[in-house]
Amino acid sequence: MSSGGGQDAKFFARGKVAELKVELNSSSGKKDKNFLGKKVALKKIVANMTMSNNDMVALFADIIQCMHIPNLEIKKMCYLYLVNYARMKPEIALNAMVILMEDVKDSNPLMRALALRTMSYIHVRQFVEATLQPVRTLLNDPDPYVRKTAAFTVAKLYDHDRHLVEKSDLIDKLNGMLRDENPTVVSSALASLMDIWERSESIKLTIDYANASKIVQILPDCSEWGQTYILEALTSYVPQDTQEATLLADRIAPRLSHTNSAVVLTCIRVMLYLMNYIESERAIAALCQKLSPPLVTLLSKGPEIQYLALRNALLILQRRPEVLRNDIRVFFCKYNDPIYVKVTKLELIFMLANERNIREVLTELREYATEIDVHFVRKSVRAIGKLAIKIEPAAKLCISTLLELVATKVSYIVQEATVVIKNIFRKYPNQYESIISTLCENLDSLDEPEAKAAMIWVIGQYADRIDNSEVLLEDFLDSWDDETHEVQLALLTATVKLFIQRPSKGQDLVPKVLKWATEDTDNPDLRDRGYMYWRLLSSNPAAAKGIVMGEKPAITAESEKLDPVTLEEMCLVVGTLATVYLKPVHTVFRSARPRRLQDSPALQREKLPSWQAAQAAKLVAADAQAPVQRLNGQSKGDVLDEADAYFASVGAQGVANDGFAASPTHTGMQNEQMYVVNQGQGLGTVRPTMHVQNGEGDLLSF
Amino acid sequence: MLSGVLLFNQKGELLILRAFRQDMRPRLADVFRIQVISNPQIRSPILTLGSTTFSHIKSENIYVVGVSKGNVNSALVFEFLYKLVQLGKSYFGRFDEEAVKSNFVMVYELLDEILDFGYPQNTETETLKMYITTEGVKSERALEESSRITMQATGALSWRRDNIKYRKNEAFVDVIEDVNLLVSASGTVLRADVNGAIEMRAYLSGTPECKFGLNDALTLGSHSGGLDQPGPTGNLSGNKATKAAAGSVTLEDVSLHQCVKLSSFTTDRTISFIPPDGSFQLMTYRCSENVNLPFKVHAIVNEIGRSKVEYSIRIRSNYGSKLFATNVVVRIPTPLNTANTTHRTSQGKAKYVPSENVIEWKIARFTGQSEFVLSAEADLSAMTTHKAWSRPPLSMQFSLLMFTSSGLLVRYLKVFEKSNYSSVKWVRYMTRAGSYEIRF
Repeated sequence: MSSGGGQDAKFFARGKVAELKVELNSSSGKKDKNFLGKKVALKKIVANMTMSNNDMVALFADIIQCMHIPNLEIKKMCYLYLVNYARMKPEIALNAMVILMEDVKDSNPLMRALALRTMSYIHVRQFVEATLQPVRTLLNDPDPYVRKTAAFTVAKLYDHDRHLVEKSDLIDKLNGMLRDENPTVVSSALASLMDIWERSESIKLTIDYANASKIVQILPDCSEWGQTYILEALTSYVPQDTQEATLLADRIAPRLSHTNSAVVLTCIRVMLYLMNYIESERAIAALCQKLSPPLVTLLSKGPEIQYLALRNALLILQRRPEVLRNDIRVFFCKYNDPIYVKVTKLELIFMLANERNIREVLTELREYATEIDVHFVRKSVRAIGKLAIKIEPAAKLCISTLLELVATKVSYIVQEATVVIKNIFRKYPNQYESIISTLCENLDSLDEPEAKAAMIWVIGQYADRIDNSEVLLEDFLDSWDDETHEVQLALLTATVKLFIQRPSKGQDLVPKVLKWATEDTDNPDLRDRGYMYWRLLSSNPAAAKGIVMGEKPAITAESEKLDPVTLEEMCLVVGTLATVYLKPVHTVFRSARPRRLQDSPALQREKLPSWQAAQAAKLVAADAQAPVQRLNGQSKGDVLDEADAYFASVGAQGVANDGFAASPTHTGMQNEQMYVVNQGQGLGTVRPTMHVQNGEGDLLSF
Repeated sequence: MLSGVLLFNQKGELLILRAFRQDMRPRLADVFRIQVISNPQIRSPILTLGSTTFSHIKSENIYVVGVSKGNVNSALVFEFLYKLVQLGKSYFGRFDEEAVKSNFVMVYELLDEILDFGYPQNTETETLKMYITTEGVKSERALEESSRITMQATGALSWRRDNIKYRKNEAFVDVIEDVNLLVSASGTVLRADVNGAIEMRAYLSGTPECKFGLNDALTLGSHSGGLDQPGPTGNLSGNKATKAAAGSVTLEDVSLHQCVKLSSFTTDRTISFIPPDGSFQLMTYRCSENVNLPFKVHAIVNEIGRSKVEYSIRIRSNYGSKLFATNVVVRIPTPLNTANTTHRTSQGKAKYVPSENVIEWKIARFTGQSEFVLSAEADLSAMTTHKAWSRPPLSMQFSLLMFTSSGLLVRYLKVFEKSNYSSVKWVRYMTRAGSYEIRF
C-alpha cells in the first residue's frame, strides 16, 4: 500500500503533534489528488505511534474524520490507530462506531472481515456489545473468509467479556461451524473454541470418535496453521476403545512428514497421547518407530526449532525410551551450534549413553571439554563424571578421561573435575584411590568454593590414606577467615574426620577449628555443627567415629529424571513452552489450564509411569515400615539432655547408615548437592536476573 | 497464542509494535529491550518473565519477537516468525532494518492479515500478493475479484492462483544436497549425513497435477524416463559412488511441502501435488546411509614447542574425473597468538586471515579424482601466560554439480493437466558443503 514501493523510511521520525495535525488537515480538498498528502501524514502518525509517542492520541478526532475517505489504504491506517488508542479515549472512539457498523455490511467480503476484525480488537464495553449483533450475522456469511474471521471474533469477545458471550448463543453457533463445508472455517472455529476452553471453567470440550474422525479427514485441505489447530484439538478426544486410538494414530501419522515443525511436533504430541490408550505392544512399537526420524529431521531447521526439538526429545526419551534409541550420533555438537543447542545436545548425549556407545561418547565429550565456552566445557566435564556414576562398567574409562583433562591444568577444568571426582568417590567408596595423588597435585588451582569443598571432603574422607593429609588441611585452614561457609563447613567436618582416623595428627587442629566454628562465627549451621562434634568427641569418641565415618547413602544419576506425574503431564503438551523449561505447566504458567489423561475403558492405566511409581512406592513403604518403628521405639523418652547418651547408643550399634543418625554428615552433602547437578530441567529459574545469580547449579542457565 | 509481535533494530529501537490481545502492553517492549537486547547474559531464544514469554529470532540486523502469555505452542510461534521473515524477504527483497523502516505501514498491514487474535492465518505469499501489494492498491476493488481472493485465502489450494497461463510450460527441478561431515582427530567418521532439498520452479499453466518419482527403494522399478537430462553423471563414473546410483537410496526421513498429498505418499511413496506457481521447496530429506563423501581430508597438525605450528593438509576428491567442484574453500584454524604464516600449495591460493584466525585456502576448480596439498607453518608470538589452543575443527566449503552425496536420483516428473499440454522439465543436481568439519 505504500505507493512507490518502500520509500517510507523518511516518515519514520519523531514528530510534533501540532505539526502533524496541520499536515493532516491542510491536505484536504481537491488539491490533494489521490489523498497523497493525507497518506503521508497518516504514515508519520503510525510511525510515531510505534515509537510510543502517546501525544498522538490528541489527533483522535481528526483521524475519525479521515475514516470517511473512500480509500482502503487510509482506512487501514485509521483502523490501526483506532485499535491502538481506543482504550485511552473511549468517548471519542465511539464516533468511529458508525463507520465500522457500515463497513461490516459492505458488499466486499474483505471489507466486512476487516471491519469485524478491527471492531473486535477494541477493548471498550460499547464496542464489545455492539459487535455481538454483526458477529452473529457474519458467522453465517456466504463468504468463508468472513466466516473464519467471525469465528475468531467469538474468541476475542470472550476475552473481553466472558459473561456476555456465555449468556449469548455464540458458543453454540461456533460449535455449529465445525460442520462447515470449508476446512479453513472448521479449523478456525476449532482454534477459537480451544482458546475459549483454555480460559474457561464452565466449558467442556468433548470430541467423540465420529467428530475426531471427521476433522482428521479435512486435515490435508487445511493450511499448515489450520492443521496445527486441528491436531491440538485432538488431545481433547478421549478414545473409548483401543482400536479407535490405533486407527486415529495411524491416520494422522502422515503429518509427520510435513515441512512445518509446528505440525510435526503437535502430531507427535497427539500420537504420544493416543499411545496411552493403545493396548497392543506391537502397535505402540510401530508408532514409536515413526517418531524418531521426524524428531531428528527437526535438527536441520533453524536453531530455535532445533532447541525446541531437543528439549522435547529429552522428554519423549523418558516416556518412550525406544524412540531415538539408536541415534546418539546425530546429537553430536557441530562447532557452530549456538550454545543453547549445544548444552541441550549434551544432556541428550548423557541420557542416551550406555555401555555400548560409551567409548564414542567419551571421545566426544573429551573434545567438548577443550572448547572455548567455559560454561559448556564445565558441563562436559561434569557429564563425564556423571557417566562414571551412571554406567558402572565404564567408570574406569570415565575416570581416566577425567584425569587426562585434569592434566591440561586449565583451572576451571580441574575444579570441575575435582567436584565430580568427589561424587565418584561417594559412588565407589574405597576404589580408584590412586586418583587422589593427581588431585593433590592441583590443589593450588582451586579457587572456587564448590571445588575447594569437594577437595576438602576427599582429604577428610581419606585422611588415613593421604600421607600428609594434616599438612594439606592446614594449608586450607590458613585462610579460614576468608572462606565461604560452604568451605568452612567442609573444613570442620574434614578436620574431625582427620582426628578420628589419625588422632595423633589431628589433635592440634581439632580444638583450634572447633573453637573457630563455635566462637568466631555468626553462622548458625557452622556453630551447631561445631558444638555437635565437640560434644560428641568429648562424651563418646567411639560413637563419634560411627557417625562421622559412617556409611553414606548411595548416590545415583537417576535424579536427572522428571517425576512420573510431571512426565505424564508434560507429554500432553509436547511442543509448548513448558517443554522448554521441562517443568510442570502450572509452575511456569500459573493460569494455564491443567491437562491430565482422561479416564476411559481404553486407558492403559498399569502402563502409566505415575501408576507404576505409585505401585513401587507402596512396596518401598511396606519395606520401610520396620526400621522406622525401631527408631521410634528407641527415641521414645529421649530428651535433649540425654542427647549424648542417645548418640552413644546409636553409634555403638553401628546404625549410622539409617537416615537420622547420619544426618550430620549428610547435611554437609546436601549443601553441596553435587550429585543432583542437573535435574534435566534446563533453563531452571524463570527470571533472568536470577539465572545470573544462581545460574551455576543448573545445566542450562543463560 | 501470540499477544503481540515486535520488531527491533540492533540498538533496541522499536520498529514495529502490533498488539493482538489486550494483555499486550507497550511497556513489554521495554522489558524485552532491557532483558534481552541489552543483556549479554541472555543466550536463549526464549525468555519467560512471570506469565509473559518472549520468543525471538534474528533476521539480518533486526530482532523479530513474538510475545505470548501462557503455555503456547512454541513450535508454532517460531515457525510463524520464520514465515514472517520469509514473507518480508519475498515482499521487500530482504528483511532488515532498512526494509522494515521503508515499508513499515505495509508490515503493519501484513501483520493484520496474517494474524488474527494472535493465530496465524493464511501466510501463502502467492495469495497475499493478490491483495496486499507494494504497488498501491485500488481500494474500489471489483466485488468479483474480492470474492476470488477470499476463496483463494480459505480454499484447499491456497498456494495457487487460478487462471495461470504460460506460453511455454516448463518445470525446473533442483536437487540440492548439503553434506555434513564430522571426522575425529584419529580419522574416524563421527557423523556423515545429507540434508537434501528439492527445489522446484514451476511455470505451468492451469491446475497441473504433478507426479514425482525418485530412486527411493520403494519407487524402484518404476522407470518412466521422460526427462531431458540424465541423472547425476558423477555418481555413475565415480569409483565408489556407483552403488547408490544403482538404484537404492534409503532416506531417513522426508518433509514435504504443504501442496503434497501426504496420505498418498504414506501409502505408496508417490509424491503427487499441484505446485504453487513459481519457485518453492517441494521436499527436504535426510539421509545418513551410504553417504558419498566428495572430499577426503587428511590433516596433520603439529605444535612445535610454543612458537610454531606445522600443518600438512592433503585433500583428495572422490568423484568422477569429469566433474569438478567450484568455490572450494578450506579454512584451517590457527592459534589466537599467530604472528605470521607461510604456506605452499599444490593448487589454489592460500592466505592468512588474522581477523578470523584461519588460513583460507581457495581452489577455484577442483577436478575429480585428484589430490592437492597444502603445507604451512604458523609462527606464534610469545605469550606471558600459556593457554592451550582449543584446536577448532578445519572446515570446508564447496559446491559440486551433477553429484548427489546421497545417490538420490529423479527418475521422472509427470505433469497432467486438463488441456493436456506438453511440458519441458529440467533437472539439476548439486552437492554443497553443509557443516563439513575435520578435527585434528
